[in-house]
Amino acid sequence: MNKLLSGNEALALGAYHAGVRVATAYPGTPSTEILEAIAQYQDVYAEWSTNEKVAMEVGLGACYTGVRTMVSMKHVGLNVAADPFLAAATTGISGGLVIISADDPSIHSSQGEQDNRHYAKLAKVSILEPIDSQSAYDMMALAFEISEKFDTPVILRTTTRISHSKSMVNITGERHAPTKKLSFPRNVQKYVMLPVNARIRRPYIEERLVKLAEFAETFPFNTIEPGGKQLGIIASGIGYQYARDAFPKASFLKLGMTYPLPEKLLHEFASQVKQILVVEELDPFLEEHIKAMGIKVTGKEFIPRIGELNVDIVSAAGQKMGVIKEKATLAQIKITSELPRRPPLLCPGCPHSSMFYVLASIGQRLKLPGTKEKESKESPLTITGDIGCYTLATYPPLNAMDTTACMGASIGQAIGMEKAGLQTKIVAVIGDSTFLHSGITPLVDAVYNQSKITVIILDNGTTAMTGHQEHPGTGISAQGKQVGQVVLEDLIRGMGIKNVKVVNAFNIKDLRAAVRDSLDKPELSVIINRGPCAVRTPRGSDSRAIDTERCNQCGICLLVGCPAIQSEGKQPFIDPLMCMGEKCTICQQICPKQAIKPSSQLKTGVEK
Amino acid sequence: MNRFGRLTTSRFGKLTAGKYDLLITGVGGQGNILASDIAGEVALAAGYDVKKTDTLGMAQRGGSVISHVRIANQVFSPLIKDGEVDILLAFEKLEGVRWTGSLKPGAIVIMNNYAQPPLSVSLGVDRYPTDKEVQNILKQRTDRIYMVAGTPGVTKLGNVRTLNIFMLGCLSRFLPFKIEAWKHSILEHLPERLHKINTDAFELGRKEIKNVHVG
Repeated sequence: MNKLLSGNEALALGAYHAGVRVATAYPGTPSTEILEAIAQYQDVYAEWSTNEKVAMEVGLGACYTGVRTMVSMKHVGLNVAADPFLAAATTGISGGLVIISADDPSIHSSQGEQDNRHYAKLAKVSILEPIDSQSAYDMMALAFEISEKFDTPVILRTTTRISHSKSMVNITGERHAPTKKLSFPRNVQKYVMLPVNARIRRPYIEERLVKLAEFAETFPFNTIEPGGKQLGIIASGIGYQYARDAFPKASFLKLGMTYPLPEKLLHEFASQVKQILVVEELDPFLEEHIKAMGIKVTGKEFIPRIGELNVDIVSAAGQKMGVIKEKATLAQIKITSELPRRPPLLCPGCPHSSMFYVLASIGQRLKLPGTKEKESKESPLTITGDIGCYTLATYPPLNAMDTTACMGASIGQAIGMEKAGLQTKIVAVIGDSTFLHSGITPLVDAVYNQSKITVIILDNGTTAMTGHQEHPGTGISAQGKQVGQVVLEDLIRGMGIKNVKVVNAFNIKDLRAAVRDSLDKPELSVIINRGPCAVRTPRGSDSRAIDTERCNQCGICLLVGCPAIQSEGKQPFIDPLMCMGEKCTICQQICPKQAIKPSSQLKTGVEK
Repeated sequence: MNRFGRLTTSRFGKLTAGKYDLLITGVGGQGNILASDIAGEVALAAGYDVKKTDTLGMAQRGGSVISHVRIANQVFSPLIKDGEVDILLAFEKLEGVRWTGSLKPGAIVIMNNYAQPPLSVSLGVDRYPTDKEVQNILKQRTDRIYMVAGTPGVTKLGNVRTLNIFMLGCLSRFLPFKIEAWKHSILEHLPERLHKINTDAFELGRKEIKNVHVG
């Protein structure tokens, strides 16, 4: 059967057919859909773990019992999970353990760019890279076989363009029966990494790497595709596809396993062609290893090491290298004035907008439209931020975020600024899912080290940015079951924090009072700003509208940054198709002229 | 063959080349990803190799969303090469005109005649391009511009969310796939209560292309 599947769907189906019993993950673009897809099978246990470290540890425990296990995460997730991942590389496995790392070249939806193939080298394990959905599906079965045959975790690395592209998959397999009996025989030397045991495991890791390199020579996804003798291309992942378009006449060595590398096969390929170009996204990972084998290749001299590649970039590299002819380029498009960009925004009716509006106004960050840029004045408020939709509040008009580093960093950063002696009031802003992911431990630090910061948890009851996944605060599992629920205020009060307030995100007056109270009191305080995500809330029936007779065109309503509030010339208006109506009313509450009303009232008013 | 190369079409004729590179653009929330999925599935069912990919950044809603759909006997890169777009299906004017540089000379542009100004325009920082500017930019690459009244059309039908299916109706005029295949794939993606209105939106899109003035 042929189906159009995304790389992520293909990986999930491949894992299902390979007999996966346990799948764990924390949502993160571009990896999220893998767990969502496998969670649909009721004969798989699938969980959203609290964070990637926990996902890895749950996965490790599961595979120790002999069942095939898959752990998926985005590239930076593997940083969080690095500790148990390296431990897994040391202890090895029992049932197959495949770790999917979905990298994000070009930083479409991440805080940074990194090439996770380095983790394979660091941990001395195998890494596989599919080139499309078909190979993603096919590789999954092999990844589990390698894992079990060599007693090792295996990384399967995708990139955004593999995970989120759809291509044809010929679905051939059926669900594999368990390869091992479910049991956990005590084996202290293998599973208890006391130094004395870890030292015993250590040489095995080196021997395993040698065996894996031998295996790579005949690995079916490392293949030579003969073509012209003038140019040879060594490529992996999506880079292979771009190179096939750019160099139709070249010979190819396609590498499906990019660590360890098949040295004999590489030498054989090198002997068949005159010169070799390595086409890989991000770091010169293959290039450096191949050069170290004494094989003459070129790569990053011509291929950029930053961002995604595409056919145009790879063709340009070929032209610069002199291996393909320059093509006539089309004339540049002339435009009279720059087209406005369209950055993503917080949605109409977003429960975060109101809190940011309050923070921006207290922090004197709001700037009326049309007013000139003033000398940058230091805000009386420092706002350390975190990762989620709410990071978008960094943009104008809210300008309400000063830092974003990694998951959970806002609270620790706020403590650090305070302890360093910063004289402004310091507020840490973090989402509910991010708080549970890695905000709890820094909040414990704040209690312990007597910090006086204000922590605001934006609780919209979901992991919104990655597409509304459940988390421990929602009490619903990845497979849609009612499960345990962590109540944020109970958890936080349990830490010994006295000043904990829960506020309704759609009541500006209450929000302002709560923030004022926290800033005025010299103590650690937590405000839970609660309101459901607008994307999951049915639109209200009575959209708001602007009474142009009352409106003095001050533009304050535009400062919420609500996409439904637009303006033609100076007169703002509200798009009735976008407004959330009575479910939000933030603009109505902040209008100094009371010019914003339910459209039902305004219409009757106009008719009279 | 026309002077621009591989593609030829008559006034309502279908593209007759061996490859179709479609760029589907819009604002997050307009449903263009589903539209690109459906276009890909219809092509696959017709026996083509298909790759499709979306670029949407970090936005759930409100940002630019671009889908590439590549259809040919064998497709390698899922991203369309610059200057190779055969058909641009734009759900919003600014998000369409932005990609003029990607068009092949003589490409077909199907543009929903609808403006959703970005926040920077509402704040008075930026200016939305005028209709004349949009035309002037597009015409540097092609004269085959179909401005379609999608948003008013589907608003009248009673569900603005059917815009994506309306746009597929427009698109279907230019691709050699059976109407039944389009409808089959569309209905497969939607709950039954939405079947009638989306079938109507598809038909409305097909009709619109007949009526609309080109260029």
